[in-house]
Amino acid sequence: MGTQAAIELKNITKTFGSVVANKDVCLTVNRGEILSILGENGSGKTTLMNMISGIYFPDHGQIFIDGNEVVIRSPKDAFNYKIGMIHQHFKLVDVFSAAENIILGLDGEDKFNVKQSAEKIKKISEQYGFEIDPNKKIYEMSVSEKQTVEIIKVLYRGADILILDEPTAVLTPQEAQKLFSVLRRMRDDGKAIIIITHKLHEVLSLSDKVAVLRKGEYIGTVTTKDTDESQLTEMMVGKKVDLNISRSKPESTADRLEVKNISCINREGVKLLDDVTFTARSGEILGIAGIAGSGQRELLESIAGLQKLNEGNILYHDPKTGKIDNLRDKTPMQIRDLGVRLSFVPEDRLGMGLVGNMDIIDNMMLRSYRKGKSIFLQRKQPKDLAKKIIEDLEVVTPDANTPVRRLSGGNVQKVLVGREIAASPTVLMAAYPVRGLDINSSYLIYNLLNEQKENGVAVIFVGEDLDVLLELCDRIVVISSGKISGAVDARTATKEEIGLLMTKNCGGETNEH
Amino acid sequence: MIVAFIQRAVVQGIPLLFGSTGEIITEKSGNLNLGTAGVMYVGGISGVIGAFLYEQSVETVNPALAVLIPLFSSILGSAFMGLLYSFLTVTLRANQNVTGLALTTFGVGFGNFFGGSLIKLLDSDTPSITLTQTSNCFKQTLPFADKLGWFGDIFLSYSFLAYAAIIIALLASFFFNRTRAGLHLRAVGENPATADAAGINVSKYKYLSTCIGSIIAGFGGLYYVMDYACGVWSNDGFGDRGWLAIALVIFAVWKPNFSILGSILFGGLFIIHNYIPNLSISMQEMFKMTPYVVTIIVLIIISMRRKRETQPPASLGLSYFREER
Repeated sequence: MGTQAAIELKNITKTFGSVVANKDVCLTVNRGEILSILGENGSGKTTLMNMISGIYFPDHGQIFIDGNEVVIRSPKDAFNYKIGMIHQHFKLVDVFSAAENIILGLDGEDKFNVKQSAEKIKKISEQYGFEIDPNKKIYEMSVSEKQTVEIIKVLYRGADILILDEPTAVLTPQEAQKLFSVLRRMRDDGKAIIIITHKLHEVLSLSDKVAVLRKGEYIGTVTTKDTDESQLTEMMVGKKVDLNISRSKPESTADRLEVKNISCINREGVKLLDDVTFTARSGEILGIAGIAGSGQRELLESIAGLQKLNEGNILYHDPKTGKIDNLRDKTPMQIRDLGVRLSFVPEDRLGMGLVGNMDIIDNMMLRSYRKGKSIFLQRKQPKDLAKKIIEDLEVVTPDANTPVRRLSGGNVQKVLVGREIAASPTVLMAAYPVRGLDINSSYLIYNLLNEQKENGVAVIFVGEDLDVLLELCDRIVVISSGKISGAVDARTATKEEIGLLMTKNCGGETNEH
Repeated sequence: MIVAFIQRAVVQGIPLLFGSTGEIITEKSGNLNLGTAGVMYVGGISGVIGAFLYEQSVETVNPALAVLIPLFSSILGSAFMGLLYSFLTVTLRANQNVTGLALTTFGVGFGNFFGGSLIKLLDSDTPSITLTQTSNCFKQTLPFADKLGWFGDIFLSYSFLAYAAIIIALLASFFFNRTRAGLHLRAVGENPATADAAGINVSKYKYLSTCIGSIIAGFGGLYYVMDYACGVWSNDGFGDRGWLAIALVIFAVWKPNFSILGSILFGGLFIIHNYIPNLSISMQEMFKMTPYVVTIIVLIIISMRRKRETQPPASLGLSYFREER
């Protein structure tokens, strides 16, 4: 004792059924300190934080706040101990204004006074350098604005222990820097901050201490000054991992897919894609960078024939015949037969591509059920394919007959990507294939993509992490609100350069009115 | 004749207003109670049972008791329905649509069973129960109303339950938009996980709003029997007003103050065929469809405009379980 520990966890254990999410975890955070919690997927970081914020209740163990043992049974208890959590998936009500969200759940007079709250919000904003309009509705806000609301929400409650769950996952580099400077200001203000993240460079640049979890177990805490990336990865994974993506020089490149001036408009008349032009070459990985929802999905879907185009053409150079086809006049089925494959990993992972309640074999069959001659399904080939994917990609599953829904996120993604690659495509589009995956699985997927590239496939990779895009891709085009805002060489470009392009408002927009 | 038409439209509309206000309060918590038809039916028959027992036990009725007893028994009946619905959907997390439809069937069966039983008890020839004395107490209007000409007819000629319906709807509006508990309730219906993380007791809000909503909807049934039908209960007489109330919720885009006007409009559309001369029977039936047609048009318009404020509560129809991942 004697230290200024704001919060201290001792031997916290939590199990869900037979799964141990946290085992004997011990943590200490002092005031005026930023602690990073590092760990792979499923290592129990979020579960641990949910126990501090009262969403879950630990099976064993003790929590001390300022040296006194406390019991946190509900989020309300957590507020009373001045603990505030900013969840990875924002907990905001879309149709409410910022102010309404901020005062939600607070006790007070029965009639609430929005004006008074707005003033208090303004004061907090000024203190830490936020910009926020209290009357703006959440659904009109950008992701980073929403996050600001979340942070103000906990500050409004007087929280002095802040927990942030993967706060930078959805931010551009510039927005992330802004967030970090706010967090540093809070630290200097004497608050204790816990931040959960996958990204090692953020850990190193921001935090004072790093705690590492692996498969629910507490591995240890190190001081950031005395550590480096490779030591942290080793603690996280349990073995040394090669963090380099072996990017080979593209060989024998030829134009494979020419996207020419395509535009598409949604039902409300908003342009989702605006005059997009680029070329994907065989034997090359083309990266597409952009803030989530800038039109990446629509772009890939247009190529796959799922999105109706209003203007423009997509020309496909067939490597076998040398013929040039316009994909615009083809059905999705014809496009697939040409060898253009799309593996899109949406935010909820299962939304597109796999059916959660079906097992791995049946999900393989979704792509091959037309092949049989009789009216009966042939289960032999899909079964072999499923087994091969499970083996090659180290999918963790009881067997091939387990419903995909029951697999963890990373394993679901491996099944999806594996199936698309197995069809030996000529164009492979992978959107967010490593979304939410841990380091090990991510590198497995990167290597798979590299392998495809070396086999002469034109790979289009839509990613979120700019560091990875720069390491993996050969060229990168940047998309910003439906327009291509720039194309760079991945070998020479910098993160800041891409970040600027991502937020660039294309000149046309201001002229249009 | 227009005065009479408006008057009848209001009288037709009041049960719908009760039903839709109750349903809006319920739906704001994220509970889609399709059992409203059943709840209103039970609210009606419970009031009838209370009034019947009271009328049978005394010689001359005391006006205050004649109102309070049916009112109280109606509250008991519909609160029970709300409690049943909440228990099934909130505590046991049963599917809301299935539960609601089951409650409709149950409510109607419950009403017909007890209605039939009471008719048997009376041993009368007509297949209905007549509670004229109670009805007269319910139908008390302001004494000076008929001295004020058309103004009195249109605005002051109704019984206290009709005014109560309008006041309840206005209060509900105020509650949703101006009070802290209303804000919390809306948050529960929009995003229960958020509400939970903000320290709001989701189950409590769901239970309370469903039960209070059911009680208010039940008044619709009570008003129908005691006022509209002049105290005459006959099985299945209530018709499809419960469904019309649910349609009205959509029409009013989940705003109780809109449903005041909406209910009168629906009431008018419902009876307009009586006021158009020389309509064939088939045309009359066509006119009876108009409230539903209007609802469909409103649905199309709000889904086309996609304005976020006019959408149903975002988690309507979904059950909430905190530790679900």
